[in-house]
Amino acid sequence: MTAPSTRPSLPPTFESDVVRVFGDDHELSEEHDPRLSEEEIVTLYRYMCMTRQIDERFIALQRQGRVGFHVGSLGEEATIIGSAYALRPKDWVFPCYREFGAALLRGFPLQRLVDNVFGNKNDVVKGRQMPHHYTSRQIGWASISSPVGTQITQAVGFSWAAKLQKHDTVSLVYFGEGATSSSDFHSGMNFAGVFRVPVVLLCRNNGWAISVPSERQTASHTFAEKAQAYGIPGIRVDGNDVLAVLSVTRRAVARAAAGLGPTMIEAITYRMGGHSTSDDPNRYRGASDTEPWRLLDPIERLYDFLCGKGIWSPEQDQQLKTQVADDFKAAVQAAEGTSPPALETLFDDVYESLPWHLVEQRAQLLAGPRSPSGH
Amino acid sequence: MAQMNMVQAINDALRVAMRRDARVVLLGEDVGRVGGVFRVTSGLSEEFGEDRVVDTPLSENGIIGTAIGMALYGLVPVPEIQFADFIYPAYDQIVNELAKYRYRSGGDHSAKMVIRTPVGGGIRGGHYHSQHPEAAFVQVPGLKVVCPSNPYDAKGLLLAAIEDPDPVLFFEPKRVYRAAKGDVPEGQYLVPLESARVVREGADLTLIGYGAMLYEALDAAHKAAEQGVDCEVIDLRTLWPVDIHMLLESVKKTGRLVVVHEAPKTGGFGGELVSLICEKAFYHLQAPPVRVTGFDTPFPYALEMEYLPLSHRILPAVLEVVRA
Repeated sequence: MTAPSTRPSLPPTFESDVVRVFGDDHELSEEHDPRLSEEEIVTLYRYMCMTRQIDERFIALQRQGRVGFHVGSLGEEATIIGSAYALRPKDWVFPCYREFGAALLRGFPLQRLVDNVFGNKNDVVKGRQMPHHYTSRQIGWASISSPVGTQITQAVGFSWAAKLQKHDTVSLVYFGEGATSSSDFHSGMNFAGVFRVPVVLLCRNNGWAISVPSERQTASHTFAEKAQAYGIPGIRVDGNDVLAVLSVTRRAVARAAAGLGPTMIEAITYRMGGHSTSDDPNRYRGASDTEPWRLLDPIERLYDFLCGKGIWSPEQDQQLKTQVADDFKAAVQAAEGTSPPALETLFDDVYESLPWHLVEQRAQLLAGPRSPSGH
Repeated sequence: MAQMNMVQAINDALRVAMRRDARVVLLGEDVGRVGGVFRVTSGLSEEFGEDRVVDTPLSENGIIGTAIGMALYGLVPVPEIQFADFIYPAYDQIVNELAKYRYRSGGDHSAKMVIRTPVGGGIRGGHYHSQHPEAAFVQVPGLKVVCPSNPYDAKGLLLAAIEDPDPVLFFEPKRVYRAAKGDVPEGQYLVPLESARVVREGADLTLIGYGAMLYEALDAAHKAAEQGVDCEVIDLRTLWPVDIHMLLESVKKTGRLVVVHEAPKTGGFGGELVSLICEKAFYHLQAPPVRVTGFDTPFPYALEMEYLPLSHRILPAVLEVVRA
């Protein structure tokens, strides 16, 4: 691990309005400290580490040709875990596609995540979507969609319905800064503002939308300031400071649950990896772009803090890594040994029951020749 | 039984559904205080309040996107798109999101709603208030598409659509909103989705129509009868999934087919109907099927009565097919 003293005191784009809890001297800011127990902070650290390790292993599996695709969150673990930790079990998440760590934190079994990436018959979505497009009503996790921004209006509608039913359920919607250019961002923010919807809109500003840098998405100075135009508070937070993210999200959730309306959070972080395994970031950025952020690594910052306080040790770190590696390996073995979804499931769930034309087409498929490429 | 026009019948259906089920909410542009630009939701805001009849900002993708979220929460939204011509900003939400929700979540959860929208020309509305875009939705797996032609069916189909577990796009033919009148029973009754109706029995030719053009087909059938041609006229009512059994039964009897719709010909729903019938009943056909449709042009303003497939264009097609 890099020694704390080699790190710059502030991330490159950070200005005074950006909420931070970790100070330059590794003391916590009084104003924003969420005052977690040591055990809770260790839990955050464990999930952040697990998320990164699983990311790296999925990437390796993709490089080996064992899975088709992976989209991960290298460098964004604090934003994802800190925000999800602020939710209550009854709250819902409307994910983008980069937040599997939050799903694990909310109780989504690792085995189901791996099954989803393999698209086998145990995949909750029956092998119908690309990897990382899973869903689960049980953990309050809406279906993941590839087009950016569409989940924003849906989250707003969901929370609006909760408000109409006089429930204090809140939803948290994740989107990247690229999605702020979408019409659904505008519509979602506008509806959320007009109807004072209990939703938390979390923009992961990770600097890049595939190859397009964040300054190509807007001429605004910040993404958070867009909220002002919709009559919504907009807050910027150090997205690599897990306690700061947790703190601002927790306040936004409490505010929403109390009937005080929506909050937009811009978490300033950095996408350390490619957009996905299909992307090669070396084509559009270099080490000079990524190095300043490598020094602000959210996991290393937390590690230093925990070790400094004597509540975590290199030995425990090693144990954790071994445990995650073992669990992941076992899940992959099970997923690889599980068959693909049955042929006839192709037609299920298009409608609640099969209309005549799908009955006909299913019979044609089942009676017809199989694809030479297999399935 | 009360005499109603289609506006009144649809209004009545919404009132019945909202009284029966507190989860039913309406949202859209001008649906609340003014009761909709066609007054279809008139009086509902007064009865059910602003929380269940919601005037929204002017954003079709916002209306459908938020309605999907409401449906996920367990409400039954009935959003209105003010004119079908305005539905395209919501096309992504309808096609990629709403229609796929059950499938892409592996059946874990679904988003059920009924999208109401007025369609069709003949009201001096020009390109932006006249389109009939059913073909772009019939091809979308996961959606059901309905288009009633009369007050009785409009109420019964809308109530059935609200009860149906799948998302339904409910096209309301605005040219006959007030012109089509009929007896409408009180309270709840259902006209089953996916059931067409033989409106006029006949032996010589099957004439398929729906929405406002059904009346043009009927008029052409009456005129054809004067010339000794006996048309069977079928009102599809549900466009997709279509009642294929009734269509095949009719075509096997008559051996001749004419399909009428307002939308442009190329890639139109008529092409699908003709293909289906050719695939399944080709050897019963005694003449090539014919489509009488709108032209492959944008919907025109001044010349709309020349564009629409009205009776004066249907009749010659019918006579041609019978004499082929």
